[in-house]
Amino acid sequence: MYDNMMRVEFLSKSENESFARVAVAAFVSQLDPTIEELTDIKTAVSEAVTNSIIHGYENSKEGIVKIEAHIKDKELTVIIEDQGTGIDNIELAMQPLYTSRPDLERSGMGFTVMDTFMDNLTVESEKNKGTRLIMKKVFRSLS
Amino acid sequence: MYLEFENKDDKLIVYMSGELDHHSAEEVRNKIDDRLDRDNIVKLIMDFSSVTFMDSSGIGVVIGRYKKLNLKKGCICIAKVRNSVKRVFELSGMFKIIKLYDNIDEAVENI
Repeated sequence: MYDNMMRVEFLSKSENESFARVAVAAFVSQLDPTIEELTDIKTAVSEAVTNSIIHGYENSKEGIVKIEAHIKDKELTVIIEDQGTGIDNIELAMQPLYTSRPDLERSGMGFTVMDTFMDNLTVESEKNKGTRLIMKKVFRSLS
Repeated sequence: MYLEFENKDDKLIVYMSGELDHHSAEEVRNKIDDRLDRDNIVKLIMDFSSVTFMDSSGIGVVIGRYKKLNLKKGCICIAKVRNSVKRVFELSGMFKIIKLYDNIDEAVENI
């Protein structure tokens, strides 16, 4: 079985949202993904990292966001982790159009995007400890 | 993100290019709102043809402008959206309230 792993850490600055999605996309390129698969991954990673920055660290810019990605044969697992405020009510947070910050002009679609564009999404969160998202996607493309 | 503006009749067209995420959204929002307020325009057309990536922050930007213009009895539409970006918009059901056009001329005529 083929396997591989990568890990990156960066400050919770919004400038790093594009870095994060491109880094994961670059790692995934070894699976010869389709353009659509790559876009799915980039969009889901962008949503997760944005959540950590806005909600987890409340825009403090001093937090650390960690990303770990694993490849096992055709399956990608991406783990995105912060040590921020945590999510009060995960079920509510995951509802389409719900946002805890209506003042920020957010659409409340972040979790819906992750859920739709990835094959599997698990959310673990603890108040004042942080949040950990585990997303999986199986690549259909031939390599 | 790079923005270019064009006034056509009583409408403002904004041509956007680059990646629209949470980081770039603030700048996009501020620049468009400044322009709308400065020239007192209530009809906005957003050209997405050169937007190469967008996450749900883009939905927030469009719905935000919709709400702002709706209060002033104005309107907004979007044009020339590539498929990858369209898929994100579609999740929100936004096309029920905001029209999508294939080209700018059509948007200008109908808005």
